[in-house]
Amino acid sequence: MSVAAMAVEPAGPKPGKLTAGRIGIYAFLVVSALFFLLPLAVMILTSMKPMDEIHNGNIFALPQHPTFDYWVKAWSSACTGRDCYGLSPGFFNSVKITVLAVPASIALAMINGYALCFWRYRGSEFLFTVLVFGAFVPYQVLVYPIIYALSRVGLFGTLPGIVIVHTIFGMPILTLIFRNFFASLPVELFKAARVDGAGFWGIFVRIMLPMSLPITVVAVILQVTGIWNDFLFGLVFAGHDNLPMTVQLNNIVRTSTGTVEYSTNMAATILTGLVPLVVYFVSGKWFVRGIAAGAVKG
Amino acid sequence: MPMGVTNSSVIVREVSLNFGAVEVLKSLNLDVRKGEFIVLLGPSGCGKSTLLNCIAGLLDVSGGQIFIEGRNVTWEEPKDRGIAMVFQSYALYPQMTVEGNLSFGLKNARLPRDEIDRRVKRASEILQIEPLLKRKPAALSGGQRQRVAIGRALVRDVDVFLFDEPLSNLDAKLRNELRVEIKRLHQRLANTMIYVTHDQIEAMTLADRIAVMRGGIIQQLDAPHAIYARPVNRFVAGFIGAPGMNFIDGTIGEAGGKPVFRAGDARIDLSRYSFEGRPEAGRKAVFGVRPEHVATGEAASAMPFSAEASVEIVEPMGSDTLAWTSLGGQNLSMRADSEKAPRPGDRIRIGFDPGRASIFDAGTDMRL
Repeated sequence: MSVAAMAVEPAGPKPGKLTAGRIGIYAFLVVSALFFLLPLAVMILTSMKPMDEIHNGNIFALPQHPTFDYWVKAWSSACTGRDCYGLSPGFFNSVKITVLAVPASIALAMINGYALCFWRYRGSEFLFTVLVFGAFVPYQVLVYPIIYALSRVGLFGTLPGIVIVHTIFGMPILTLIFRNFFASLPVELFKAARVDGAGFWGIFVRIMLPMSLPITVVAVILQVTGIWNDFLFGLVFAGHDNLPMTVQLNNIVRTSTGTVEYSTNMAATILTGLVPLVVYFVSGKWFVRGIAAGAVKG
Repeated sequence: MPMGVTNSSVIVREVSLNFGAVEVLKSLNLDVRKGEFIVLLGPSGCGKSTLLNCIAGLLDVSGGQIFIEGRNVTWEEPKDRGIAMVFQSYALYPQMTVEGNLSFGLKNARLPRDEIDRRVKRASEILQIEPLLKRKPAALSGGQRQRVAIGRALVRDVDVFLFDEPLSNLDAKLRNELRVEIKRLHQRLANTMIYVTHDQIEAMTLADRIAVMRGGIIQQLDAPHAIYARPVNRFVAGFIGAPGMNFIDGTIGEAGGKPVFRAGDARIDLSRYSFEGRPEAGRKAVFGVRPEHVATGEAASAMPFSAEASVEIVEPMGSDTLAWTSLGGQNLSMRADSEKAPRPGDRIRIGFDPGRASIFDAGTDMRL
């Protein structure tokens, strides 16, 4: 009798349980989060400390006399080699490069993916394979041939030059992403539009484009972060007047006039990383999808 | 234009289609009359949808010609063929309203605004989708979506309608409703309709003629009743009719100048069966009889052939009950009235008219 009375008849919502395993998982997550946040915290703290505090204090210590002077300096007056305009020219260069290269590469890849998915022709599968293979070619191999080709047409070291380079290198992975997205749409949609008399561009603009907003968001995130974080192409192809922020940052950090000014370096680094960081915070789950889409090659 | 086919709407002449080494259609011929409702019926992979796509111009043929309303359209674009098409997945443009879906093709054809409005209005009246015109497809039920898809075909004002399994995504009840509606539509518009399905009920109820396909070849093209009553081969016989036809292996023999069919200890008099050509005695053959043609009790005794049999399994299906017995040592199913259904173990009298049966060659599977 007593056993039967004590047993709880299962009914209604299942009661939640906080097991030892759960607690362990949460503890691990909290520790991991702290571990990965630590460098960021150190950077922010250091960027607000005067030099003597850095030399004399613990790196985890809070600033005694917090100041944003180093942020201002990093932005507008830190020296990159001989020029002392701070990061701001690099920021605007990066903005120019990104604003031009992201739409160019995405528009091209979208049309590519659409054509390769719906308008199959002799050899289109082969072309696609070659294009995807391009995603695996190490960039370094192509640097010199592209320098040569661009300088032959007078675009080496120019803004259009670096935009073209980013567009070309974005092509394999972006085409793959868009083709796979279009392949997931019902092909009957395409057939219906053809019966309705829409042509190559009609179907693309009126039917496919409005449907590809989600995948375009993914592609934009992928490209913005990729192009913003790029160092190699910017250094090699952009030319002195168009050096992106990442290259400027490198120059600031490496330009030493006596002592290393850690505060300025930290502030400059955070400023450079701010754009991808903002993209991440604003777009959350889309960002993760972008990374995942980029990771699934082939 | 081919000669002597002035009342033809769609002519498929020697059309073949290969995907690499795979022959999907094998020099196929089909002549659809004006205003006719043709159903292409067959199991998946038989090439029926492929044929429809070829007629629509969505697939390029590897060989042969296609004529629509007397015009050779073999190399024409889908929009120029004078066809409209309805798809299984509805294929409505998700970002457009119902009205936008209906008028998309007309806008592409640059029709004047008032003509577009007139046609959209007429189609939505016929299909009773006027209250839905401002909605997006996502806000419609499956049946409403397929109505809109049919409407999109209707506004094109063409002679030939192509349906690619239009009801397969709907539940059974809606499927029956829309089936009747499509039939009503055909009677009202009198367009030529070519309809692909794997559902034999749809085929039997809708078609003027059914083309039963297998392996890229039309096996039989005939009126539904003819296909049901006189299938040309064992495949067609087995594919049409549910529950399926019984097949009993045996041999053709002769007794007293009359042809007979022998299977085990059973001997069926075939003098009432009309042979395509009288086979010689001793030919191995398959005797096919439909479960609904097997009678029991007194009705069985009145049949030209009857025998004693015991019931092994009973499958109640509501409207009637399928009882499994045996004849000549082989399984034989029969449809019985659910109210008077036999029970397993019962000894009953079964009988049928060999004149309504089908006999096939055991080797070639062709009708004898």
